[in-house]
Amino acid sequence: MIRAASAMLEVKHLRKVYADSSRTVEAIRDVSFTVGQGELVCIVGPSGAGKTTLLKCVAGLLAPSSGEIILEGQTVVEPPPAMAVVFQEYGRSLFPWMTVHDNVALPLKHKKIDAGRREELVRDALAAVDLKGVENAYPWQLSGGMQQRVAIARAVAYEPHVLLMDEPFAAVDAQTRADLEDLIRVLWARLRVTVLFVTHDIDESVYLGQRVLVMSHAPTVIMEDVAIDLPGERTQLETRSMARFGELRKHIYSKIQLAKQGWRPPA
Amino acid sequence: MSAPTTSVRARTSARTIVWLQGLAGLAGFAALLEIVPRIGLVSPLYLPPFSTIMVALYKEMMTAEFWTALGDTLEAWAIGLVISVIAGVVIGIVIGSSQVVRTLTHSTIEFLRPIPSVALIPLAVLLFGSQIQSTLILVVYASFWQVLIQVLYGVQDVDPVARETARSYGLGTWAQIRYVTWPTTLPYLMTGVRLAAAVALILAITSEVAIDTQGLGKEISDTESGGAVAAMYAYLIVAGIIGVIVNLGARTLERRVLAWHPSMRLDSVEARA
Amino acid sequence: MKTAVPALPRRIAATLALPVALIATWWFTSAHSQNFYFPPLRTIVETFGKLWFSSQAMQNVVPSLVRFSVGYLAAAVLGIAIGIPVGTSRNLRNVLEPVLEFLRAVPPPVLVPVLILFAGLGNEMKALVIVSGCIWPVLLNTVAGVRALDEVLAEVVRSYRIGPFTRFWHFILPGASPQIFTGLRQSLSIGLILMVISEMFAASDGIGFALVQYQRSFAIPEMWSGIILLGIIGIVLSLIFRAFEAWILGWYHGLRQSQRAN
Repeated sequence: MIRAASAMLEVKHLRKVYADSSRTVEAIRDVSFTVGQGELVCIVGPSGAGKTTLLKCVAGLLAPSSGEIILEGQTVVEPPPAMAVVFQEYGRSLFPWMTVHDNVALPLKHKKIDAGRREELVRDALAAVDLKGVENAYPWQLSGGMQQRVAIARAVAYEPHVLLMDEPFAAVDAQTRADLEDLIRVLWARLRVTVLFVTHDIDESVYLGQRVLVMSHAPTVIMEDVAIDLPGERTQLETRSMARFGELRKHIYSKIQLAKQGWRPPA
Repeated sequence: MSAPTTSVRARTSARTIVWLQGLAGLAGFAALLEIVPRIGLVSPLYLPPFSTIMVALYKEMMTAEFWTALGDTLEAWAIGLVISVIAGVVIGIVIGSSQVVRTLTHSTIEFLRPIPSVALIPLAVLLFGSQIQSTLILVVYASFWQVLIQVLYGVQDVDPVARETARSYGLGTWAQIRYVTWPTTLPYLMTGVRLAAAVALILAITSEVAIDTQGLGKEISDTESGGAVAAMYAYLIVAGIIGVIVNLGARTLERRVLAWHPSMRLDSVEARA
Repeated sequence: MKTAVPALPRRIAATLALPVALIATWWFTSAHSQNFYFPPLRTIVETFGKLWFSSQAMQNVVPSLVRFSVGYLAAAVLGIAIGIPVGTSRNLRNVLEPVLEFLRAVPPPVLVPVLILFAGLGNEMKALVIVSGCIWPVLLNTVAGVRALDEVLAEVVRSYRIGPFTRFWHFILPGASPQIFTGLRQSLSIGLILMVISEMFAASDGIGFALVQYQRSFAIPEMWSGIILLGIIGIVLSLIFRAFEAWILGWYHGLRQSQRAN
């Protein structure tokens, strides 16, 4: 079902060049796309494709060399309050000197909400990610998958309009990754939040996304914007064994191979 | 594809900037020392302007006493450092190689370590007066612990698998030390030497001030009691410069040794001193 | 069949074995000592009790410890307060680094004559001497700790728009605290040394002062007892520090343990 979605996020001709004292690298050449409200869009590409750079520019953590990022009609110059980011290195993204509860609550301290509401948000967020009874534990006492859930809970409690995820499950074992992928789909449906999900795993991008943006390697451009016409209800077992899944997967994979051979889409 | 900019030139200019910033800091500090006494913020009797101090330094460097004092300090420092390093290594390896000995000596080491070496000053004075031996007692006592602790860390860090392998090949104690213990301990030893070198210099000059043995410290206290304030500051600056040279030298040595030696430690910053 | 010795008594025995043996050796070898400089341990112990537990002794011990505490705490606060901005700003660091390297290389006890010029012979001078020596390990380790803050965590802080005060209190300070504590530990021993030295020079009370008096008047057992007292103070301070560190850095020790287990 395709709704006429209002544009939540617009990326216009984004270009990012890194220049330090020794060399200049053009990480992103020209990337433009739009994300509608409530969409779950995946970004997939080979390593070195500037995916993380792209996400950081969208998140306001990196200034683009040229081009614009527009969130809900306003240009992004610094991290906007309507966005939350989940990083890949979950171990390093949680404060080791704070309990799980305090980790989730910290960003809320600046949101001008009273303590009662804050507690409610924390509790609900932890419940939403299926974490019970760990409020008083420290992050390093938990397993990798649980730590990432805490990071996701922190993002959820923040009540963002856009959720950015930078290869969040890359450092997690396959079984945990499957559980977390399903968790994202559940959260997305429940909270009706817009999600931009970066990954290097093609299967994951097809399984999760409504659309998949296929990136070339550096200097990065979008190879193709692939619509994922799989059913809305997805399960690990059934969806991944569907014929259509395999076709989409193959299509994206071949596009990435083309990119590696130097082919680029006509401007 | 855009071409990379000339790398070497860009890299050198970045390093030059850092150098210039540092130089600016030093120049600013000297300027501060020049201006503050001149405008009377601090009495020039207590803190002469930088230029006056430099003149005094030049004059001192023309005297023979300056160089003898410098030599005396460096002599005490070097002898004390060598003794403490040798003692630290030998005792450290002996203690560290046996779990039993290590457990037995642990409490004694932890008791003796925090004792400030200056507590020995009265004893040193009684025994040796103002001779170099007094200074050496203080220098060795303080520096020895730095080396010992690091060597103990190093011996403890030896890979048990490597040790087992050596033993199963029938290597004797001496060979084990040479081929297994020593390479692991070396980086830690370098840290210990760096710390010991700094401590040894501080204690050498300190004891010269306190006990009146020949050296830079004695010159400092003599010029102070004699009212030659500018000369006192001159000697102070010399002490500082020697200290900087020793610190930088030790750090370079440590880095050189660690460069071709695969360091097995997590992070040198973590080394507990 | 091996008889199992229970763990705790064994640990206590291991801890005390060598010290007790050394003390016993000292006791017995010096028991009949005629050496002027090395009196029998027994005499020293007797003197110790008489000397340092009297109210007269308190007049020496208390001022020393007060001066030490004031100097040490002031150095800690200053070191952290200066260290954090220097650690944060690369430009500031580049400018100040050579100057700081030079200043810290000047042996603090050597500053005693200088500080006497400025601050006279009173308590201020001694506190200043302690600060001038203790500040460097704290400052330099604070700089190192701030520089070593995790970049991912820094990005988390930025992406959630966490304000400057929260950033300082919940990120920078706790993040750098393990390294800061390394500096604080080094400063502890330096502070003790400087406390004694400054009192040896110019004082009317204090442990260092008392030690010099005993040495000059050849009161040897008293002098030895003073040395032992300094040792005990050093140990006690070290234990207090370690307890404090274990309390504040509990999370850090837990973190390291879990890292080592993996």
